[in-house]
Amino acid sequence: MSNPLPDSTDQYALRMVNIDKHFGLVRALTDINLDVGRNEIVGLIGDNGAGKSTIVKILTGVFPPSSGELYIAGRKVDFRRYNVQSAHAHGIETVYQDKSLGEKQVLWRNFFIGRQITNRFGFIDVKKQKAIANDIMVNTIGFRGRGITVDSKVSQLSGGERQGIAIGRAMHFEADLIILDEPTVALSLKEVAKVINFVHKIKEAGKACIYISHSIPDVYEVCDRFVVLDRGEIGASIPKKEISLKALDEFLLEYAHGRKDKQRS
Amino acid sequence: MNLLKAAYKVLSRLEGLGIALVLLVLYTVLIISAPTVFTRPMIYFSFLETVPPALIAALGLTLVITAGEIDLSFPAVVSLSGLALAWGWKTFDPAYSAVIGIVLALAAGAVVGYINGLMVARIGVPSIMATLAANFFWYGISILLAGGRQQTLAGSEENSVHELLVGRPFLGIPLQAFWSLALAVFLWFILNRHKFGESVMFIGDNPNVARVMGVNVEATRIWLFTLHGMIAAFSGIVLTLFIGVFYPNQGNFLLPAMASVFVGGTSIAGGAGSIFGTFFGSYVIGSLEAGVVATTISGYWVQVVEGGVMAAVVILNAATGKADFASLLNRFRHWSTPERANPELLSKDETR
Ligand SMILES: Nc1ncnc2c1ncn2[C@@H]1O[C@H](COP(=O)(O)OP(=O)(O)OP(=O)(O)O)[C@@H](O)[C@H]1O
Ligand SMILES: [Mg+2]
Repeated sequence: MSNPLPDSTDQYALRMVNIDKHFGLVRALTDINLDVGRNEIVGLIGDNGAGKSTIVKILTGVFPPSSGELYIAGRKVDFRRYNVQSAHAHGIETVYQDKSLGEKQVLWRNFFIGRQITNRFGFIDVKKQKAIANDIMVNTIGFRGRGITVDSKVSQLSGGERQGIAIGRAMHFEADLIILDEPTVALSLKEVAKVINFVHKIKEAGKACIYISHSIPDVYEVCDRFVVLDRGEIGASIPKKEISLKALDEFLLEYAHGRKDKQRS
Repeated sequence: MNLLKAAYKVLSRLEGLGIALVLLVLYTVLIISAPTVFTRPMIYFSFLETVPPALIAALGLTLVITAGEIDLSFPAVVSLSGLALAWGWKTFDPAYSAVIGIVLALAAGAVVGYINGLMVARIGVPSIMATLAANFFWYGISILLAGGRQQTLAGSEENSVHELLVGRPFLGIPLQAFWSLALAVFLWFILNRHKFGESVMFIGDNPNVARVMGVNVEATRIWLFTLHGMIAAFSGIVLTLFIGVFYPNQGNFLLPAMASVFVGGTSIAGGAGSIFGTFFGSYVIGSLEAGVVATTISGYWVQVVEGGVMAAVVILNAATGKADFASLLNRFRHWSTPERANPELLSKDETR
């Protein structure tokens, strides 16, 4: 595969080319080719164990793929030097269902963990971090009242508020691509609505997003395109304008049945 | 009530205040029950001499426990580092033998800690098992190398390094008390203001969160155990210099040091730690035994009283831990139905 010239005006925020991933004998991903446009919200759909989170972890530098290539904004990623910090530096931010925030830690620490503002001896500029954290909470996320401050602990927040913090953090750090991996699990309808609202803000801000959820109506509402992942392979990629929610639902149902038939034969 | 709340809020920000008050109460009780001993300054000076070694080790242990780990191997390090110091002392020219001995001792502590860190972070052995084994192993090595014998540091009284670390140049205050306080201040800044300490807290809170947020969990763990190894070695250095003799079993304060950490309010659950809690906790634990003995209560009662005080303090910690006054009252009101008294108990079990 030829290496395209670095091109920051590339139309894609992200391109995965022929990505494979094994864990020992377990084949988690097979020949994944996935593009995400600069201001596109892509919904990643698939059964438990389909490999969605594995894709996320490769993109965010938690571990490298077994083979394949990754281009971020047109630049090829060198997996030997790719980790969570460099993913951050490339403008990729991630919000997990439950792994995004330190429960017992105060909010201002949670905003900056992994990229603190420090002097050259590594000591944290607490004042500056608190000021910025407060600014994000008030202006980006729109937290008002409720007695929540930057000194509150995460354990005091509701599920939706926590995701709000994580998404606000991602937006503050000028992410070009925000990945949300099942951000609405175990949230009440009202809290889900807050998260959906945050995703709309990502679109308005001109950023890209990968949205993973088992709730098809939520995915349908926020996404521009749906990518169906089936046991580690990409099964389909359908733009929103080509399909209604009902049709998507039926398609997925048929897909699941079709799979079962295939298994039987 | 509002005023109380506000006052409580301000006071609860002062780290270790609760256990400092316990220490004050303890001394008050001791003054009343054993006035001949506790109205004279001598006993307090003796605490300032005897508490620092265990205090130093407990300060490092506080960081380890904050990271959700445990280190049971520091007694062996206290022994091994004392031996390294004693060996350097008698082997090299007196002009610099003390310095060489100290460097050797710190290096020994760093090596033991580093190996602990590798076992825990790289191989994935739970720290309680890895460091328990390490304690047996390195303590055994120390006895082996020492031939089971104590070793005297000849001429330690006139040595300038001895003066610097455990001398009493001002008002008779033993310098080890000052150095252990300095270490506490330093480690407070490391834990609460340095990004290393923040990593330690997030790892203790949830290592997966820490990892996906860009904390290098493995490296931080290895550094942490190495650091604690060196701190334990410092404890061994202070102890050996102060006594002037190396004893192979000189580090046998594993349980008192752990008690100091827990009494000081650091939770075994990890994620948060109180350096000054441990600081005052060490003086509480270190003063208890001598104190109880001095009250002429029958010797058989000493441990009972000590255990009772420790239990009372950790119960108090658990009850006041995360709470404000309202929820504290709530807990006592519903003491027979813990899930109503403390809703967090419920949600915690669910998430497990
Ligand atoms: N660290 C790992 N070691 C071994 N196998 C793994 C590891 N991580 C994931 N897998 C395997 O890879 C496959 C895909 O897992 P992944 O977590 O990506 O699924 P998912 O699509 O996110 O599922 P869910 O909807 O349940 O979150 C599964 O079979 C899983 O067991
Ligand atoms: Mg998943």
